[in-house]
Amino acid sequence: MKKVRITELAGVIRSKNSGPYELTFDIIFKDRRAFELARRSGLFRKELFAELYGVGVKKVIGVVEFAEANAIKATIVRPVVSGAPGETDVYGAQQHAPLLSIEVPVV
Amino acid sequence: MEEMRILSPTAILGYGFPLDSLKRGLARQPHAIAVDAGSTDPGPYYLGSGESFTNRAAVKRDLSLMLEAAVNRKIPLLIGTAGGSGGEPHLKRDCELVVEIAREKGLHFRMAVIHAEVDKERVRGALRRGEVKPSGPAPPLREEDLDETVRIVGQMGYEPIIGAMKAGAEVILAGRAYDPSVFAAPAVKRGFDPGLAIHLGKILECGAIAASPGSGSDCLLGCLGRGYFEVEPLNPIRRCTVTSVAAHTLYEKTDPLALPGPGGLLDLKEARFEQAGEGRVRVTGSRFIPADRYWVKLEGVKKAGYRTISIAGCRDPVMVKEIDGVIESVRERVRDNFKELGYEYFLDFKLYGKNGVMGALEPERQAVSHELGIIIEAVAETQDLADTICGFARSTMLHCSYPGRVATAGNLAFPYSPSDFKGGAVYQFSVYHLMAVADPYELFPLELINV
Repeated sequence: MKKVRITELAGVIRSKNSGPYELTFDIIFKDRRAFELARRSGLFRKELFAELYGVGVKKVIGVVEFAEANAIKATIVRPVVSGAPGETDVYGAQQHAPLLSIEVPVV
Repeated sequence: MEEMRILSPTAILGYGFPLDSLKRGLARQPHAIAVDAGSTDPGPYYLGSGESFTNRAAVKRDLSLMLEAAVNRKIPLLIGTAGGSGGEPHLKRDCELVVEIAREKGLHFRMAVIHAEVDKERVRGALRRGEVKPSGPAPPLREEDLDETVRIVGQMGYEPIIGAMKAGAEVILAGRAYDPSVFAAPAVKRGFDPGLAIHLGKILECGAIAASPGSGSDCLLGCLGRGYFEVEPLNPIRRCTVTSVAAHTLYEKTDPLALPGPGGLLDLKEARFEQAGEGRVRVTGSRFIPADRYWVKLEGVKKAGYRTISIAGCRDPVMVKEIDGVIESVRERVRDNFKELGYEYFLDFKLYGKNGVMGALEPERQAVSHELGIIIEAVAETQDLADTICGFARSTMLHCSYPGRVATAGNLAFPYSPSDFKGGAVYQFSVYHLMAVADPYELFPLELINV
């Protein structure tokens, strides 16, 4: 099966807090075609994000498609509450890197 | 009124904006100027300490321009989450700034200050009645958490802000407010649909971040009509596109289709975005669904101690390879050295070049860097104890032995003297919960001041 790198399909890949207890990831595809390709691949499920971040599936709060923005977003429970002892990224803005390695199977 | 225009000068009061953008916005004859001034994003410190994360001089610059523009045009100026966290000391800072600017510029107006701090005994009462529940993944609130909490604020909806406008206020300084509230309030007051008004507020509250290229320090104009709203940037270098605006809707939110807020849910399942003109985007279909009960989100923090850090670098390839063992041995040495004294402390080592940014979430566990940045951090009940632990860990790490060591002069490169920095008080979130209230005004007393 052919695979396409996510960076070829998405123009924005970012992470941010969604409140102090959650980390949210936005993947905004370049156009409707790229978004549909990603959606149809069936890859974007809780299991994908659990695996990429080494967390249990239960820590993945949700994966939501937002067609109006050609976007797929996922939210996980923060391993550390924002700013608590052990924190490394108060804003959660640099946790997107593992997403850049996603390869989308094209069916 | 057929169409109402609301000007958002900047993402956060104090983040700045180009004067030309403001002028272009004012030329469109806005009916209100609104700005969000805070967030929980910078972490728990600011709410706990009472300090603002926005610089006073930078806030004064933004506020001066906005205040003069609004008062001279006799349109309301609405500021949400004053002072960054919206507690009493934060409100006080921004209130003093408004009065100072008014005096300097000879401006006179009626100002409303809407308080948002919530007495913890009130929360305790609600907790005992079963009227407090966690927001998202926060753990259930316990009374012990409340005992330790130093400050709690509630996020107001648009209702107390409308109340202030009805009381004749021209300038409204709100404590902690749900970000879209100050933008939605003037529109809802004039009878516009709350769903569209809140959704517009959600987009306006970040200034020009919803444009392309995005910026948190530039202006955005919102035009609200019957059954739609439109947003457009005021700087010719930016455009609002369907993607930039729709994408902003999901920014910092768990679910872009269902955004919970004070009193109900913003439902965007039917929301549609279309290009309405060059750089202008029209949105329709946003709906507000009131909840059965009115819940207000509370944010509270407790003190976690005091922090001292030491910053160093390591360039020795043997030590880089052995770093995990080095850290373990330093931890052990610190533990052993003070064990008779019974010190309680938190000791952490951040390794830039090895899991420094992602910590527990890092999938690449092995360091490949030829050098490491090291931050030694101690948090303890007093600054003195934090200094003791950090200093001892630093000197131990500087001189400790490790397998294969050949460089025996010292293990760390310090860029600064002194090598250790007092970080001061440390706070952590202890309350992030929803509390049921009888009405939207209950937690938010209004004060009117003639300036």
